[in-house]
Amino acid sequence: MKIHEYQGKEILRRYGVTVPPSVVCRSVDEVDQLAPTIMGPPWVVKAQIHAGGRGKGGGVKVVSSLEDVHQAAEEMLGMMLVTHQTSPDGQQVRRLLIEEGAAIHSEMYLGVVIDRVSQRVVIIGSAQGGMDIESVAASTPEHIHRLSVDPVAGVDDAGLALLAEKMGIPSDLQLEAVGLFSSIYQAFWESDASLVEINPLILTDDQRLVALDAKFNFDDSALFRQPDIAALRDFDEENQDEVDASAHGLNYIALDGSIGCLVNGAGLAMATMDIIKFYGGEPANFLDVGGGATTEQVTEAFKLMLRNESLRAILVNIFGGIMRCDVVAEGLVSAAQEVNLDVPLVVRLEGTNVERGREILAESNIEIIPAATMAEAAEKVVAAAG
Amino acid sequence: MPILVNRKSRIVTQGITGRTGRFHTANCLAYAFGRDCFVAGVTPGRGGECIEDVPVFESVVEARDQTGCDVSVIYVPPPFAAAAMIEAIDAEIGLVICITEGVPVKDMIQIRHRMADSTTLLIGPNCPGVITPEEVKIGIMPGYIHRPGPVGVVSRSGTLTYEVVGQLSGVGLGQSTCVGIGGDPINGMKHLDIMALFNADPATEAVVMCGEIGGTDEEACAAWIKTHMTKPVVAFIAGATAPPGKRMGHAGAIIAGGTGSAEDKIRALEDAGVAVVRSPAEIGTRMRDLLGAA
Repeated sequence: MKIHEYQGKEILRRYGVTVPPSVVCRSVDEVDQLAPTIMGPPWVVKAQIHAGGRGKGGGVKVVSSLEDVHQAAEEMLGMMLVTHQTSPDGQQVRRLLIEEGAAIHSEMYLGVVIDRVSQRVVIIGSAQGGMDIESVAASTPEHIHRLSVDPVAGVDDAGLALLAEKMGIPSDLQLEAVGLFSSIYQAFWESDASLVEINPLILTDDQRLVALDAKFNFDDSALFRQPDIAALRDFDEENQDEVDASAHGLNYIALDGSIGCLVNGAGLAMATMDIIKFYGGEPANFLDVGGGATTEQVTEAFKLMLRNESLRAILVNIFGGIMRCDVVAEGLVSAAQEVNLDVPLVVRLEGTNVERGREILAESNIEIIPAATMAEAAEKVVAAAG
Repeated sequence: MPILVNRKSRIVTQGITGRTGRFHTANCLAYAFGRDCFVAGVTPGRGGECIEDVPVFESVVEARDQTGCDVSVIYVPPPFAAAAMIEAIDAEIGLVICITEGVPVKDMIQIRHRMADSTTLLIGPNCPGVITPEEVKIGIMPGYIHRPGPVGVVSRSGTLTYEVVGQLSGVGLGQSTCVGIGGDPINGMKHLDIMALFNADPATEAVVMCGEIGGTDEEACAAWIKTHMTKPVVAFIAGATAPPGKRMGHAGAIIAGGTGSAEDKIRALEDAGVAVVRSPAEIGTRMRDLLGAA
C-alpha cells in the first residue's frame, strides 16, 4: 500500500525527523486561508498523488509570492497530472501540500528497503540526491552506500556514522545524522513498511538536515496489525477495477492488450499471459481468481474483463487441484449467462474432475471454444481475437 | 532416495483443527503412505483430541516427544504463522513447510535471523508444499497428477507447478520430488538450495525449474548450476510480459529497482547451459527430448 507525501511526512514528524512546515489543502479557498500561515518566500506547492516524477510533470512549483501560490493552486487542483509512473491519462490532483521553501546547500538520498539477497532490511545512502536513485545505481554504483540491519539488535550507530560520512554529511553534524537515520529506520520497522525513501534529504545553508520528500510503501500482509496505517489508504489513487477486484478476493491488473485471461494461481496467470504473447497476442489483463473461486467470483471476474473496451476474446485457463473442474465449469456457465458475453470464449480445463467439467461446458448453450492444452488454448484465443 | 521427504517421514500438522488444516491433512492421509507418515497434530488448547484419527497435542515439543515427528507442515492463519514456525524451529524439527499465504515480511525477516543458528530447513511460506510421488504428499497439491520417476521439480508457484507435473506425467516422465518454494520475497529454501539437493540425489536424473519475475534467486541458482550442476535442467520464467512496478499476485513477483526481469533471468540461465523454454507449454516435451538424447 502506498500513501501520500504529506502522510509520510506526518509519520516522520512523529519520529522527530525535521520536515518543512506545511499545510495540506483540498481547495483554492483553503489555500488562500492557510498558505499565509507558512513562512515565505519562497513557497513550494506540491501536488499530492501517489505516483513519482511529479516535478517533471508540472506537479511541483516554487513560487515567490502568495499571489503566485494562489495562481499555482488554481492551475494544479483538479488537473490530470501525467508522470512516467501514472497511466497515460494521468492522475487527478485532489490535494496540495504548501511548504516553506528551504535554502538548499546540498541534496542527498536516504532509503530503507527490504533486501531479498541478505533477507534483511538495508539502509541505502547516497550523496547524489534529488535524482532517480536507480539511474545513480546504474551509472555510478560507487555513489551508493549500503548498511545491513540486524533485525534483533537494530541499527548500529558506528555503521550509521560511517554511512553519514560517505554521504558527505559534515563531521560536526554526524551525531545528528545518526539520530535522524535511526529515527527513519524506526519509522520503517514499527509501521511494517516495505520501503521508505527520502529523496532528497537536504543539508540547508544554515547546516540543518531536513527531509524534503517522503515516500512510504507498506507490506499489505501486515495491514491487519497496523490500523493507523491502513486508515491512510486513499482509494481515489487506485485503479477502480483493481479495487473492485480485491473487494471480491480477486487479483486483477489491467494491461494494454485485447485478450482477457482468467486463471487460478499467480504463477500460472503470468505464464498464461506469456503464452498469449508467444502466439502473437497481447493480454488485456492479469487475473488470478485464487485457489478456491466461487461462481460469484468467476462472475465478477467476467464483469471486470468486459469493462475493458479493447477486449476481443477471453481465455480461461484453470488447473484444478483443490478447486474442482466441475465446480469451475458450473461457475463459468452461470457467469457467461449473467453477463451476456459478446466476445469469443476459449476454455482450457485440467485437473480434478476434468471430464465432468468438460461435459458441463459441452451441454451448456453458451458458445465455448474448448482447448486441451495451454498451447492449443493460446493459439485458439489469438485467432479468435483477430 | 528422493529429496526432503519420503515414506519414512513422520509429520506433525500445525493448525490441524482449522478448516484448511483438517481438509488438507485428510487428503494427505489418503495419499500413498500418508497413514504411516502423518502422526500428530498441534493446536494449543485442543490437546487430547483426535482429528481424522490423528492425535492432537498442545505443543510441537510434546508432539515430537510423543511421536518422534521430524517434519512439520503449517496451516496456521497469517497473524500466528510466525509463532508456529518459531515453535517448530525451537523444537528442532528437521524440516518445516509453511503453506500459509500472507505472512508479514517483517515476521519472515525475524524468522530468517532466528534460523541462522538452527539446523531446521524451511520451505515457504505461501507455498503448495512438497510431494514425493507414491510415497508422501505434504501440502495442498492434487496428488493424483504425479507419477514416480526421475525428474525433480522446483517452483515458486502452485498451479504452474501442477501444469508442469501434468505435462511431465503426460509425456511419460515421473517425478522424484516436487518442491514448491513459494512466492514471497523473504522465505526459506531458495531455488539454489533445492537444486543442490537434486544434484546430489541419485533418484533424480534431471530437474525442471520454474522461476518468476522479481528478486535475483534464479540468477543465483544459474551461477551455481554453471559451476556445479551435473544433470540437465529445463527452466521456464513466468512474467516475461508483466510490466515493471506491478505486483503480479505473489508479493515477490514484482520487477523493481532495475532487477528481476524475466530477460535477466533467462540470459543467466542460458549462460549456465540450462534449456530455457519461452512457451510454458513446452516444458514437458523439452524435458522428454533432453532425456531421450542423453
